[in-house]
Amino acid sequence: MSRARADEEEYWHSSKFRAFTFDDEDDELSQLKESKRAVNSLRDIVDDDDDDLERVSWSGEPVGSISWSIKETASGSTSSLESRDSSLQKGSSSYAAFPKQVSSYSLSSLFKALTDTGVKNYAPELRRPKAEYKDYSSDWSPKDTVRRMQRGKVCSLERFRSLQDKLVLLDEAVAGHDGNVITAVLIFLKRTLRREILFRELEVRQVALCHLIHFLKETGEQKFLLDLLRFLDRTEEVALSQYREHLNIQDVEKRREFLKGCIGLPFSAEDTSHIQDHYTLLERQIIIEANDRHLEMAGQSEIFRKYPRKASILNMPLVTTLFYSCFYHYREAEGTFSSPTNLKKTFKIPDKQYVLTALAARAKLRAWDDVDALLTTKNWLGYTKKKAPIGFHRLVEILQRNNAPVQVLQEYVRLVEDVETRLNLATKYKCHDVVIETYRDLKDRIQLTAYKCKVERGSAEEEQINSILNNTVRTAYFFFTRLSSETDVANPVEELSTCEGACLAVGLSVKAETAKSSPEPTEQLCYYSLHDQRLSVTVGARGLWDSGIQAG
Amino acid sequence: MAAAGRRDAPEPPDFGILKRLARDQLVYLLEQLPGKKDLFIEADLMSPLDRIANVSILKFYACEMVLEEEGVFGDVTCDEWSFYLLPLDEDIISMELPEFFRDYFLEGDHRWINPVARALQLLNSLYGPFGKAHGIGRCAKASVSPVAVLWLQPRPGTLYPSQMSHELWQDLEEESEGEGQGRKPEIGHVFLMDRDVDYVTALCSQVVYEGLVDDTFRIKCGSVDFGPDVTSSDKSIKVLLNSQDKVFSQIRNEHFSRVFGFLSQKSRNLQTQYDRRRGMDIKQMKDFVSQELKGLKQEHRLLSLHIGACESIMKKKTKQDFQETIKAEHSLLEGFDIRESTSFIEEHIDRQVSPIESLRLMCLLSLTENGESLAVLGWSGTTRPQPWHRTHLVLPTGLIPKDYRSLKTQYLQSYGPEHLLTFHNLKRMGLLTEQSAGETLTAVESKVSKLVTDRAAGKITDAFNSLARKSNFRAISKKLGLIPRLDGEYDLKMPRDMAYVFGGAYVPLSCKIIEQVLERRGWQGLEEVARLLNGNEFSVSDSTVEDNPACESQRVILAVFLGGCTFSEISALRFLGKERGCKFIFLTTAITNSARMMEAMIEAKA
Repeated sequence: MSRARADEEEYWHSSKFRAFTFDDEDDELSQLKESKRAVNSLRDIVDDDDDDLERVSWSGEPVGSISWSIKETASGSTSSLESRDSSLQKGSSSYAAFPKQVSSYSLSSLFKALTDTGVKNYAPELRRPKAEYKDYSSDWSPKDTVRRMQRGKVCSLERFRSLQDKLVLLDEAVAGHDGNVITAVLIFLKRTLRREILFRELEVRQVALCHLIHFLKETGEQKFLLDLLRFLDRTEEVALSQYREHLNIQDVEKRREFLKGCIGLPFSAEDTSHIQDHYTLLERQIIIEANDRHLEMAGQSEIFRKYPRKASILNMPLVTTLFYSCFYHYREAEGTFSSPTNLKKTFKIPDKQYVLTALAARAKLRAWDDVDALLTTKNWLGYTKKKAPIGFHRLVEILQRNNAPVQVLQEYVRLVEDVETRLNLATKYKCHDVVIETYRDLKDRIQLTAYKCKVERGSAEEEQINSILNNTVRTAYFFFTRLSSETDVANPVEELSTCEGACLAVGLSVKAETAKSSPEPTEQLCYYSLHDQRLSVTVGARGLWDSGIQAG
Repeated sequence: MAAAGRRDAPEPPDFGILKRLARDQLVYLLEQLPGKKDLFIEADLMSPLDRIANVSILKFYACEMVLEEEGVFGDVTCDEWSFYLLPLDEDIISMELPEFFRDYFLEGDHRWINPVARALQLLNSLYGPFGKAHGIGRCAKASVSPVAVLWLQPRPGTLYPSQMSHELWQDLEEESEGEGQGRKPEIGHVFLMDRDVDYVTALCSQVVYEGLVDDTFRIKCGSVDFGPDVTSSDKSIKVLLNSQDKVFSQIRNEHFSRVFGFLSQKSRNLQTQYDRRRGMDIKQMKDFVSQELKGLKQEHRLLSLHIGACESIMKKKTKQDFQETIKAEHSLLEGFDIRESTSFIEEHIDRQVSPIESLRLMCLLSLTENGESLAVLGWSGTTRPQPWHRTHLVLPTGLIPKDYRSLKTQYLQSYGPEHLLTFHNLKRMGLLTEQSAGETLTAVESKVSKLVTDRAAGKITDAFNSLARKSNFRAISKKLGLIPRLDGEYDLKMPRDMAYVFGGAYVPLSCKIIEQVLERRGWQGLEEVARLLNGNEFSVSDSTVEDNPACESQRVILAVFLGGCTFSEISALRFLGKERGCKFIFLTTAITNSARMMEAMIEAKA
């Protein structure tokens, strides 16, 4: 047995291929016991995790953890030390252990199960940390080197000294599709080649070039990166890359200075104006911030006392700055840097954006007069008209979110064009007047009657509903009495059409009760009108007249 | 679809083994080092680790370079725990590489291709050789090429990607000796797709339950933190969302509108079951308590959680004008009322509604806009355009310059000037581009060649708008019928196609491609579509694996998404699987959604 083992070992060591070492059985066993115990204990916990509902909510309690299993294994450290040593003696070719033990569950069974499919892939590289692998052999071809690196082995690249060799190596790395290897080779090239030569060669190797650029970005080698981009004539990228640096500058004054320097960078015309704006904005913010901090500290200004600032305005977007200035500096003359109109002019903020932002700010302060003024336009004849930069329905939502009172809200709800949206909003925000008006205009008695239960009893709104309902009914009643008293009506059809629903109702009620001389009180009429409203639409005035006559 | 022809979908392979493998490997690694150990773990790694090993207390953070610079490298032993695959559910494996998206598609960095290839290799050897591999996208192709050799047994006459060199072939064969041999294949097909083949689907608002939960609460490694607004208590609860959750598993793939009905039905059932207690005698009661009560209680808890989640979603979505957003999105997908949608987006920006949301809508507008637009990307114009550049030139449509400029200006004003960098990134990715006005294809081509020959003329700004291509989404959508024609309402109760995941308005492009290719057993007849998708399509088959459709494994399909996939796509393919009697399993570099994609594009504030 031991002889066979020795042979085996010799075989593996003589081979240039990587192979497994079947370690000393004793070591193996003790290790396995450890691992079995650890895995089993983990299993319990983890399996538990699979079915039980409670462990779904792990609230930070360390139930069972790796650290536990580590403690367990620490006690057996001597044996693992030994095994480590023995493996060290065996040289660099043994890097994976292959347990033979069969047990119910644990590593061995798992690896065992995998033997027929090739264990190499599953057994992690063990025993010796990767950092200790050194490849001293010097005759690897570029291709072999790349392949070895792909498998995570450390290779010395130092012997690739001619440019030719280096480039072959790089091309092999690219062909191998392994980004890590490509980057590793690039680091080597970067170290051993003059910049110009490296750049020149990379220019025709786009994949490698991307890797180097990405690597430089990640490691923050800004100067090298800019040199490379300049060499490639990627001027816009040079500009953007430089501009990007401002994100790392915390001090505002320094940042402002830096941005000033960015204006001259080779951006596209469009972007240059954005950079210019960025600089101007920060410049303004610095001024505003200094002023306002002073104002706030002094405690003289009411607005700052009432609404202390939650954060500084520095480095905020333009729209936020505009909001801020509409909030704190709304009435300032255009001459000051902090006035909204000044901002609007300087940054050419479109009307729509301006109104929207101002609106939000003034609504937040519940300055409803300002809101109204923002939405009012005068035409050349001097008539005023309400105009919103966005749909009135959206405007209403904004106002509502700022707790606008119903009186304010309903003015704008009324202006929502789409009837259905208007009704929805009015109902949602309890703008009773608007609902009532709309139903009145729609001549929708059913809904109006139904709405009565949504308003407070005895309120003005209820009265209004009643009066509308009564009005139409009274007309009908009047008409009906005239009918029954057989007096002449100048134009009964016209009169009828104004109160179709009620009229039909009256007519039908009369019909149903076979011409009682005096109809029931309005309550009952309403009831009828509820049921026959639809009919009235189809029957039309003439039909009504007829049915009225018949009924009469 | 005829129910008679429908077969039951086969069971997916057991992914539990992956979890066990990773866990055991970690423990094994740790055991190799003597003495007490301090573990340094990067914060990002905690969640996946948690899923594997239930780790709770670990100190974190370190990186080799820092260690080296600080001069402590020698005191620390470094080892690599090659952890590739995290099974999130019985049919989803995630590689938990959200960086993949930005690193590959924006920076052109190939560092994650090897892990993908290795993951495929691992799956291949665990679950037997894949019979057939299809795919589209540059990266998909790249990750297949080293792996194709691994998973396809070396037999003469087999098709391999041409770039495979003989040596690599030899080497891999050597390494894969005996591997997969005699193993019963469990996965019949594999389909690989680059995310940039279809950005549109990933950018749409999700309306299936799982997608909505992800969009609203962010599912992380298969679990979600439900805050106090959901739990209606003062603490947050972390909930594992997978097929083990009996309530969730039944609603995850449903359109949101269907979920309420289901939940209320479920609550009623639960009530009846509880009510049975009344009138029980002691023995019955004892049985009830010992056998059923626990289950009922659990169900009760889950139900109340999901009802709470629904309420919270409804509240949030109503606040955000979700209905209108969806309407605008659908108009964009169908290509009408572009003006109206544009002003809708403008309003979003002006009101400073979430920056991510505005960015997403702008990208959708750009990607779907009709027009003879030209594309961009990766190529500076100073060198010969390499085939590589084209990989990024996907769906290169764009906004007309006037719109582009005004939207960009407003965006910078609303959300901060530093987003200039974000716009640059989006342009590079082809997600948000500007049409070059009035240039025809040929004109641009000649310009390109001029730029190539004349380096001095390499004006970057022009070159960025160069490589020519026509607007594609419209054309593809038409060709594949992505917008279902409707007579009346789309019945979400009885979905008839994958469009249900977007309320019946749009069949996800990515899923449609997969459906078509599988149906045709290759790309025959789809040449035009592939061309519109910028090519790089491929199909390889392993001649040793019988192409026998009756075989169970032939109906198991591994869908691989490079750069992330969304829950909506997963739901759509699960639906397709049910319809066709097959089982889709998913391997993705990460679960993604529109917000994650947009965030990856934003330049981080340092």
